[in-house]
Amino acid sequence: MSTTPDLKLTKKDFQTDQDVRWCPGCGDYAILAQFQKVFPTLGIPKENFVVISGIGCAARFPYYMNTYGFHTIHGRAPAIASGLKVMRPDLSVWVITGDGDSLSIGGNHLIHMLRRNVNLKVVLFNNQIYGLTKGQYSPTSEVGKRTKSSPFGSVDEPFKPLSVALGAEAAFVARTVDREQKHLGAMLNRAAQHDGTAFVEVYQNCNIFNDGAFLHMTEKDKKAQWQLVLTDGEPLLFANGEKGIVFEGFEPKVVNVADVGIDAIHVHQEDGPIAYHYALARMRDPEFPTAIGVLRCTHRAVYDDAVNAQVQHTIDTKGEGSLQDLLYGGDTWEVA
Amino acid sequence: MSVANIEELDTVTVRFAGDSGDGMQLTGTQFTYTSALVGNDLATLPDYPAEIRAPAGTLAGVSGFQVQFGSQQVFTPGDKPDALVAMNPAALKANLNVLERGAMLFINTDAFEKRAMAKVGFDTNPLEDGTLSSYRVYEVPITTITRRALEDTNLTTREKDRSKNFFALGLMYWVFGRPIEHTIEWLDQKFAKKPEIAEANKAVLKAGYHYGETTETFGHTFKVKSAQLKPGTYRQVTGNEAVAWGFIAGAKLAGGELFLGSYPITPASPILHELSKHKNFGVRTFQAEDEIAAVCAAIGAAFGGSIALTTTSGPGVALKAEAIGLAGIVELPLIIANIQRGGPSTGLPTKTEQSDLLQAMFGRNGESPMPVIAPATPGDCFGMAIEAVRIATKYMTPVMFMSDGYIANGAEPWKLPDVASLPDLTVNFKVAKSEAEGDTFLPYLRDPKTLARPWVRPGTPGLEHRVGGLEKSDGTGNVSYVPENHQKMTELRQAKVDRIADDIPDAEVFGDETGDLLLIGWGGTYGALHAATMHLQKRGRKVSHMHMRHIHPMAKNVEGVMRGFKHVVAAELNMGQLKFMLRSKFLIDVQGLNKVQGQPFKVGEIVERVERYLDAGAQS
Ligand code: SF4
Repeated sequence: MSTTPDLKLTKKDFQTDQDVRWCPGCGDYAILAQFQKVFPTLGIPKENFVVISGIGCAARFPYYMNTYGFHTIHGRAPAIASGLKVMRPDLSVWVITGDGDSLSIGGNHLIHMLRRNVNLKVVLFNNQIYGLTKGQYSPTSEVGKRTKSSPFGSVDEPFKPLSVALGAEAAFVARTVDREQKHLGAMLNRAAQHDGTAFVEVYQNCNIFNDGAFLHMTEKDKKAQWQLVLTDGEPLLFANGEKGIVFEGFEPKVVNVADVGIDAIHVHQEDGPIAYHYALARMRDPEFPTAIGVLRCTHRAVYDDAVNAQVQHTIDTKGEGSLQDLLYGGDTWEVA
Repeated sequence: MSVANIEELDTVTVRFAGDSGDGMQLTGTQFTYTSALVGNDLATLPDYPAEIRAPAGTLAGVSGFQVQFGSQQVFTPGDKPDALVAMNPAALKANLNVLERGAMLFINTDAFEKRAMAKVGFDTNPLEDGTLSSYRVYEVPITTITRRALEDTNLTTREKDRSKNFFALGLMYWVFGRPIEHTIEWLDQKFAKKPEIAEANKAVLKAGYHYGETTETFGHTFKVKSAQLKPGTYRQVTGNEAVAWGFIAGAKLAGGELFLGSYPITPASPILHELSKHKNFGVRTFQAEDEIAAVCAAIGAAFGGSIALTTTSGPGVALKAEAIGLAGIVELPLIIANIQRGGPSTGLPTKTEQSDLLQAMFGRNGESPMPVIAPATPGDCFGMAIEAVRIATKYMTPVMFMSDGYIANGAEPWKLPDVASLPDLTVNFKVAKSEAEGDTFLPYLRDPKTLARPWVRPGTPGLEHRVGGLEKSDGTGNVSYVPENHQKMTELRQAKVDRIADDIPDAEVFGDETGDLLLIGWGGTYGALHAATMHLQKRGRKVSHMHMRHIHPMAKNVEGVMRGFKHVVAAELNMGQLKFMLRSKFLIDVQGLNKVQGQPFKVGEIVERVERYLDAGAQS
């Protein structure tokens, strides 16, 4: 990725002339605003950004970003982005997806992108509902959810997106919330800095079909109790530092800091064991606060780098391919 | 060779048959290779089971390799073998119905045990009960002699038995008067790191050759003179190899880098294997998680400015349909190579068929036209792959490239093209707004002649733009649901494909442009139709053959040629798909000559059916 320090880009450079067509009040607006705020600060020339999406409300995103953009088909954005990134490692490629797009129809592409560790930035807008098709339960909807397609309550066990990602060997996973603007911006920034697939789940409110899905942890008076904001190297504290998380074997447990002392509280490590990150990813109410922040950030071989290194190595050892040698180099014979 | 009579033949068809573990494909390939080097023209038909290791000794497990070679031009692998090597009772049983009366049978008698014979339904020994009375049968204890030839080695009996295909190969080299040196060289190279295996195989190969020479079992040997091929440099090529090299060449000629997205599928996988070897041409092969990811990754690569290819077979094309439609509406170059096999569903994975033509034409949601082209022979795959790149990049469109299992696996001597004479396909990416555009870049501003939209590589300053699967306005590319706009865009996308007709060569016509009957074919049936037409013409029939490499759009001469004949027959390995297209397009009463048995046409059956048709027509 080529970075130029002094590009003088502003938010305006990333806005398009298209009317934004999300429902008024939709959480997507806040996410768009943060993208337009963060992108100019990354030191990447505007023409090197590409935003790729699948289908769903979130997938309209590329039309509103004045970069190169591709609104593709349902669930396939990770595959399309992978092909692009392999051939064009010079670009900063962002995948915008939703819970239906990436965890239902596109589940296969999501896990394979993660295991390959293609250098893509993936932002999953999780609103726990199908919005564009007007309100069916999604693969992240809770059991018992009543929707148009589950009038008696959904009986499907939901996915936890970050658990899926970690199961697929993700090296970078983070979670944030549409209403937490600063935190959201910081997570986009962290994703942009990471080398390899960076997977960010954003809790996004769909005020039309699933309003208030995250209120229990976003309302002013609830936040302290139900959000655990992660910082690398810092203890897992919440409730204004009064409560914390300790581990008993593989199981997290909520404790009063006053009872156990601060030193007993587990210290967050972004490059800690994956089993720990998995336990963090699964914490939720009513037993636990929800962890937001970078849960895991480790480094391993990046797919597109490896592919291109092989190509370069072959050219270095064999020389650049010549058609003449390709065709005439095998067993040939002459007919006079 | 003094005792043997030498008989000169124009063409000979040999078939090697045995268990799928017997190495028959290798034996056939070596025989073919040597035949090519001694200057014969030839065509091959590998015919192997779908199961990797079907139970030994069963009919399902029989693997065959047929080759026709000759001193004149050879267009097909031959209808009926003149010589069959049968390594076991199953191989004999599976091939009895295809043999020419008087054919030579070389039989490994060691394999004809009671149990093995019973397994395939021989209640009595066919070598003794008269079953084979109309053939020239040569009984050879191949297993015994192979073991004896390797007596002094440290190999186990199992290892020794693995060489027995080389005995059969050596014997056939002697019978048909070809040298064994090429195979000896090949063995030395292939087993350079395992010299004991190389030596064993060489010993057995020689044993087979000398067996022919020294025993007087064989009344004849045969000589097939070198063919009169056009002067030039030749090499053996299979269709799949030629496809791979053609796309490498196409990308290079276009000045781009080739990206292949592919998921393993029979019979297309060898293209993935071949292309993954050639990274020094900048080729990137992406073995995707599924067929959909394979085509999508290719679309992503095309968006980035690469020459994008996905290779598959019919079931894979079905899965890719939605993504191909996307490439159509965003107007990006993408090539889908369908190496057709027998269908529907999983069908006959290892057998050939041409039944995906209408899928290529119409197998997507909405009005989604795309060019369809088809190579005619293994060597032709090279030039047609280049043609696919030309059409895709010049017209900014997905292109369907229709090969089939028969030419994909079949081999022929291929006269190598002069590299300097290959067309220049340099792509001109758009790098700046035109004056007419002013401040706003128009991603759907079309070339007035080709109707193609510009191709822009992301990373180009000032030309940032969005594309997508939603209907869009021409010019700006902005999403539009305006009713008249959808009509206009639909018509534009069709018109763009239709205009390609101005830019392709006439369909090849063999024979007069008027007459009693025109045989129309497309794709891999070329050789059989051409040879059948030659026969029919020799018999005084006014028959011509037109072969279509461009199927959508069709070459401009197609209609006129059809109208010059009393009867028009479309011969295809399907139930009449090109016939359906020709009838609806031209309102001409095209008849069908169809076959769906997983096997290519035999020349004889085409000749017979055309004559029957002509004679019936003459009476009525
Ligand atoms: S349906 Fe829900 S997610 Fe979609 S735009 Fe409206 S509020 Fe947003």
